[in-house]
Amino acid sequence: MALRQTDPLPTATARRRTGPTRARHRPGGSRWNRFDRAVSPYAYVSPFLVIFAVFGLFPLLYTAWVALHDWSLLKGDQGFVGLDNFRTLLSDGNFWNAAFNTASIGVLSAVPQLLLALWLAHLLNRPLKAQTFYRITLLLPNVTSVVAVVVIFSQLFGRDYGLINMVLTHLGAGRVDWQAGTASSHVAIALMIIWRWTGYNALIYLAAMQAVPRELYEAATIDGASRLKQLRSITVPMIKPTLLFTMIVSTIGSMQIMAEPMLFGAQVGPAAIATGGAGRKFQTLSLYLYELGFRNFDFGYASAAAWLMLLLVMVAVGVNFLLARRMKGGLS
Amino acid sequence: MRPTLGGRRARPRTRGGTPARALSATITAGALLLAGACGGSAAAGKENITLSVGLFGDFGFEPLYRRFEQAHPNVRIKERQATYDDHHTNLAAHIATGSGAADVEAIEVGYIGTYTAQPQRFVDLRKYGASTRQSEYLAWKWQQGVAANGAVIGLGTDVGGLALCYRRDLFAKAGLPADRAKVSALWPTWQAFLDTGRRFAAKAPSGAKFVDGPGEFFRAMVAQAPEGVYDRQDKVVAATNPAVKQAWDLSTRMVADGLSAKLTSFTPAWDTGFAKSSFATVACPAWMMAYIQEHSPGSSGRWDIAAIPGGGGSAGGTHLTVPTQSKHQKEAAELVQFLSAAPQQEAVFKAIGNFPSLPALYDKPEVRDHTNPFFNGAPVGKIYADSAKSLDPQHLGPAEGQVRAAIGNGLTRVDQGRQSPDQAWKQALDDVSKVK
Repeated sequence: MALRQTDPLPTATARRRTGPTRARHRPGGSRWNRFDRAVSPYAYVSPFLVIFAVFGLFPLLYTAWVALHDWSLLKGDQGFVGLDNFRTLLSDGNFWNAAFNTASIGVLSAVPQLLLALWLAHLLNRPLKAQTFYRITLLLPNVTSVVAVVVIFSQLFGRDYGLINMVLTHLGAGRVDWQAGTASSHVAIALMIIWRWTGYNALIYLAAMQAVPRELYEAATIDGASRLKQLRSITVPMIKPTLLFTMIVSTIGSMQIMAEPMLFGAQVGPAAIATGGAGRKFQTLSLYLYELGFRNFDFGYASAAAWLMLLLVMVAVGVNFLLARRMKGGLS
Repeated sequence: MRPTLGGRRARPRTRGGTPARALSATITAGALLLAGACGGSAAAGKENITLSVGLFGDFGFEPLYRRFEQAHPNVRIKERQATYDDHHTNLAAHIATGSGAADVEAIEVGYIGTYTAQPQRFVDLRKYGASTRQSEYLAWKWQQGVAANGAVIGLGTDVGGLALCYRRDLFAKAGLPADRAKVSALWPTWQAFLDTGRRFAAKAPSGAKFVDGPGEFFRAMVAQAPEGVYDRQDKVVAATNPAVKQAWDLSTRMVADGLSAKLTSFTPAWDTGFAKSSFATVACPAWMMAYIQEHSPGSSGRWDIAAIPGGGGSAGGTHLTVPTQSKHQKEAAELVQFLSAAPQQEAVFKAIGNFPSLPALYDKPEVRDHTNPFFNGAPVGKIYADSAKSLDPQHLGPAEGQVRAAIGNGLTRVDQGRQSPDQAWKQALDDVSKVK
């Protein structure tokens, strides 16, 4: 329903189709035109296909091949081992620890982030002066370099001289060693992600909300529905495809969290950069992949981990999709 | 903590600059090559070339490049710097993929074993006359750059002779002697060092701990043993070598006795600790002097340097290598020879403090009598020479870095109060056993 405004598109396509029909009367043109119509669209999208094959498909398949070998980054191929890497991985406590951390940080960041974004978009989805200003403001955290974000946040979360601990001490709550604990480190990292991505999602929601017919809100207002009720009963059902999109994108994003825990770990020390803190408290899957591949130079094993990770991402997205589909769609 | 491996130099750079600089170096090199190919031979029949040098931090080489360029008019030198960790990670990727490495790459001792196990990836510097240099070097330092098949992979630039940096003012406030000879006499052994620490803690000014953290002290203790985490057959012996366990026990006791400021070396919090006087002592390989001077510029004269408990030792130090993927192996090898030669090692020592690896320099008055005003005029030439001379060579294995990182993380867990020393030791050994 949100797509209603794009209706003119099929008409334009239909109009373009009349071209070849006229040309068919020219002698010798018919076969060429049929060929043209069959092949040209693929030629037009071929840049995508080529790029996808080079940067998407080939690495994927090559990684699968490497995963079946004992492959050291420095020494190269040390022989075919079949599914050994995968077997080791299934009983690798560090891998599952990383999977747990990834899921935990993912949920802690994605859920509040999307709810907050929805609320912000709802607030901004009304006639306002200086709309562009607000929208740019929303996007500002997102265009900030992730390195800068993490460095600043890590300072805030410092154990001895961090601002947050200073406030906590002042309130009599005592200091938190943010990097040392599971819950504390996950909350800290989730906050960085929320700060960075909330505005981005809010903008997407705002764009979708603009397509919801005004009359629905006007009618609801006349009926005496509160703004919160309007958000729940009109906005959310109407922008469901967009909600679904952001949920899936956030899930995939969550599975790939790497820069934040990596730089957060740098605060603990060089040895903790790849391990997500001294006790692997916040080592995510991507970070574990980095440790295996670029710290231990164990490319075969890292490739196997990458493939298992891909499977986990697909499962997570699938579950997410099924859950989201059960949300009420459209207006009942 | 730098138990990961060896020394990081002063002035770690941001991540941003390196790729751009690498790219521009590549483009320049390519452009010059093209120019050489199209325009026929340049002056004196030699093509103009650009040599890239990959370093972690500032090695004080900049003025030396200009002298090399004067002697070789067709050569231009471009330096690219990254942080310690980034440099070695990138190097591994470049060596593995066969492209992207600089013509001259610095490798710290924590990683040198990884690459001496891969001699085919590096130019054997004997081809360019490096054999004659062997007698100049500390025997163990020379040996660290040699592969099992005898190939000379890297020539040493410096060694990290060990000493101990301490804060005179904090010592005085805690009722301890501040004079460096008397301070050195306080701790002939590590046990005595801990006893001094307890005396310090009893009367210390508020907020000041005795040590920054256990990591670098652990590394210093292990460095003093004849054998570290590897035996000479490249077998990991961290679990069975009593010297490692003893170092672990002493380091964790520092934590248990409340002597640790719980700061890990080379973290932002550690840098802040320098400025806020959070600790009174740090393990101090020669290259650490530059770091301290940079990060607590306001404390000149308050620091001093004493002997390290347990005698000498070395932590860190670097070799310069030429990867075989270099297009200008001959010139790169010449540059390595030049940068590692005695006059240049001496110049670097005087400029930024990295200590030479050529013992002949140790008795030269310019080195032996060199003092450092920042460290209250400490006779750093003599201190680090004595330390380097009294060191037993220690064999470093191919995955030295990973093994030490695993143990270092264990010490941090104890320091964070998350695990008992026994739990952390057990987990550290478990992590070590997974290192291939």
